[in-house]
Amino acid sequence: MSTDHHKESFWTKYIFSTDHKIIGIQYGITSLVWLLFGFTLMMIMRYQLAYPESPVPFIGSLLGDGGILPSEMYNSLGAMHGTIMIFLGVVPLAFGAFGNYFVPLQIGAIDMAFPKLNAASYWMYFMGSVVMAIGFFVPGGAANSGWTSYPPLADVATMGQTVWLWGMVLLITSSLLGSVNILVTVIQLRTEGMTWMKLPIFVWTQFITAFLLLLAFPPLEAAGVLQLMDRLAGTSFFMPSGLVVSGEVLTNAGGGSPLLWQHLFWFLAHPEVYVLILPAFGIITEIIANNTRKPIWGYKALVYAMIFLGFMSFIVWAHHMYITGMGTTIGAFFQTTTMIISIPSVVILTALLLSLWGGSIRFNTPMLFALGFIPMFGIGGLTGLPLGLAASDIHLHDTYYVIGHFHYVVAPGTIFALFAGIYYWFPKMTGKKTNETLGKLHFFFSFIFMNGVFMPMFVQGLAGVSRRLWDGGEIYAHAADVLYLNEVMSVSAWLLGLAQIFFIVNMIVSLRGKKTAEVNPWDATTIEWTDTTSPPLGHGNFETVPSVYRGPYEYSVPGADKDFTPQSEKG
Amino acid sequence: MANMTPEEVKHHIKTYVMVFVALAFLTVVTVGISYLDLGVTGGIVLALIVASIKGSLVACYFMHLIDEKITIYWTLLATVAMFLVLLFLPLSTSLAQTQV
Amino acid sequence: MDIPYTVKNRPDTGLYNGKLGVWLFLASEVMLFGGLFSAYIFLRTGVDNWPMGAEYLSVPLATLNTMFLITSSVTMVMSWASLKLNDFKKFKMYAGITLLLALGFLVVKYFEYTSKFHHGYFPSTNNFLGIYFTMTGLHVLHVIGGIVVIFFYWMPGAKMWETDPGRFTNRIEIVGLYWHFVDLVWIFLFPVLYLL
Repeated sequence: MSTDHHKESFWTKYIFSTDHKIIGIQYGITSLVWLLFGFTLMMIMRYQLAYPESPVPFIGSLLGDGGILPSEMYNSLGAMHGTIMIFLGVVPLAFGAFGNYFVPLQIGAIDMAFPKLNAASYWMYFMGSVVMAIGFFVPGGAANSGWTSYPPLADVATMGQTVWLWGMVLLITSSLLGSVNILVTVIQLRTEGMTWMKLPIFVWTQFITAFLLLLAFPPLEAAGVLQLMDRLAGTSFFMPSGLVVSGEVLTNAGGGSPLLWQHLFWFLAHPEVYVLILPAFGIITEIIANNTRKPIWGYKALVYAMIFLGFMSFIVWAHHMYITGMGTTIGAFFQTTTMIISIPSVVILTALLLSLWGGSIRFNTPMLFALGFIPMFGIGGLTGLPLGLAASDIHLHDTYYVIGHFHYVVAPGTIFALFAGIYYWFPKMTGKKTNETLGKLHFFFSFIFMNGVFMPMFVQGLAGVSRRLWDGGEIYAHAADVLYLNEVMSVSAWLLGLAQIFFIVNMIVSLRGKKTAEVNPWDATTIEWTDTTSPPLGHGNFETVPSVYRGPYEYSVPGADKDFTPQSEKG
Repeated sequence: MANMTPEEVKHHIKTYVMVFVALAFLTVVTVGISYLDLGVTGGIVLALIVASIKGSLVACYFMHLIDEKITIYWTLLATVAMFLVLLFLPLSTSLAQTQV
Repeated sequence: MDIPYTVKNRPDTGLYNGKLGVWLFLASEVMLFGGLFSAYIFLRTGVDNWPMGAEYLSVPLATLNTMFLITSSVTMVMSWASLKLNDFKKFKMYAGITLLLALGFLVVKYFEYTSKFHHGYFPSTNNFLGIYFTMTGLHVLHVIGGIVVIFFYWMPGAKMWETDPGRFTNRIEIVGLYWHFVDLVWIFLFPVLYLL
């Protein structure tokens, strides 16, 4: 490898690189910036919710109207918060960054199967994110019909919606290229001896995620094209006949159906939930096995549960649509599939929990986040059950209960897992260790304030407070008893924002710190730690590509001389 | 398809020509059928059957699916399953709706 | 260090990377057009009166176009077979014919579209015409994409035959797979939009 180290300019090495590690880091940095931005939007909205119609401090002058957040802009911020967090933040971080960087390393490949396509995928994502940002500057502001963009509202919305659709087309294309790349890499570039049942769980999760993206995203692209036609060419795919907007009957041909959008949208968006959570499972599994110093409990059960989960995720989507008045028979079908899909989720969570049993647990920062993930995801999952049954969903639909439920899955769930992954693999990517004290402070404060933000949402939702209300429910009599919680949640959200300073400072301080000589600081078994330097070499990853002889989690093997046996160790 | 002898390739070429003739013939058939008065349902069913035969011919012989590797089969099996779900499950909800 | 299995098949899967990649890409394309076909069925069953395609569209022109695409598909696969027989001249001929037929398809499509506009039939006229223009429009974009790629390997990209014939043959096979898929979509679009 050392022979073909030719001179590369800054641009080819760091900007238009085709090295999967650089592209992974590009994905990581871009998506972290977007996560912070999306979170900031929510912190602004939470001010309006806590103190309705009073001027927002610090940035009020940007909002106009005496510093009060206008209701139209509130809608924009809400729609963009959802879009940014999911499509520009969590998925690119979980799939683009972690997948790109660690899948080739964990399977012993020298790069992704199609490096140029990989770079194209990142730049497509980057352009998509720029287009999304442009939305804020067009007349009428960014998209304001919710992240779900339900027509007919989205069909008649301001120009921001068109920009949003173009942005989505780019992002979908990007994820298509990325998922083809991951799939081919895992199928074709596994090193000698790396059979399917020796793959680390993280690779499995990325593999299944790629399949979900490959097959679930295109129908949304089709729906996006149809909505663009509705908005630009005057078609009526999603517009029923005789629609009245602002007191005027629309002149379009009519005959379309808003439900068509909902079907095509949720055909993507339910598998998308598993796109968000599967990589999180993968990261958590790696960290738990490593820090309990024992094999993961039920490797095969985990793999089969995940495959089953991925498959089932395609036939549950209409549980988002119970109140559209579908018949009871078909409603019963979707309730049944929804209850069935909770089984593999429970299998996975149980396997992770049982893996802790009898382990000598190391409570380092990544492990703390992993341990925080388990109950938080558990709450998110269990509160989803009432939403999967039509009888209870009809009461809870579109309330803060729903918001609380999916945020428990994604925020203290997936995002905790992503933080865990960052702390766990930071030494791999940089050759430096993060500061444990700052990391622990980050965890404990995040853990407390996450719950402070999301737990009261269940209370408000059960009381019947609807989501997407500019005044936080002030005008509803039934909300009066739970209105005080708005301030609790908002203060928690701002403190949660402050807690992230520990993370940012930790990253900067650690990056400026000295390199440690340790290649394998966690004493891990998977080959990204044992057979290459930290950080790995430029193009090529390994001095010599390792062969694999054993499963991924051989910790504390009886009779072995140390408590971990690398995958590439013979015998 | 990587290691074929010239004889095998020549044999394949014969197949391609035969498939082409079949496709052209079926195109004429499907247009012809559309001029018969079979009612809407009958017409749709027949036209889709002919189109499926044509599609299978293209996929099996031009795209060589008739002797492809197991990985491709699995991928396509999953895709076809999801495709059918996408095609018919939304429909079933709207049909159930109109009956209520 | 080069990425393995770009030309040779991986022993246990029997595939080279590009071929698996293009099949996965086609799988997602199936879902893309699947979304539109699903929309077509949903819209059609949702209304009482759905026009017959022939009321608006020209079946003879579409039949001609079907013939164009089917023929181009067979010339495409012949161009690949010619490379397998080490006959580069025949490859050039067959790929050239493929391009001509594809361009013929576009010309016919252009006349179809302009005659619709001329009669005052626009996507906004009704949902049948809307879905007709959307589906055929997306298909035309795929045809144009195919033309660009085939042209590339017909003219500038053909140099690769001199340096790396195995890889070039693989690329033509991959382009062919994509092109047959475009043909396949049209085989379904034709009866669904024009005949039913």
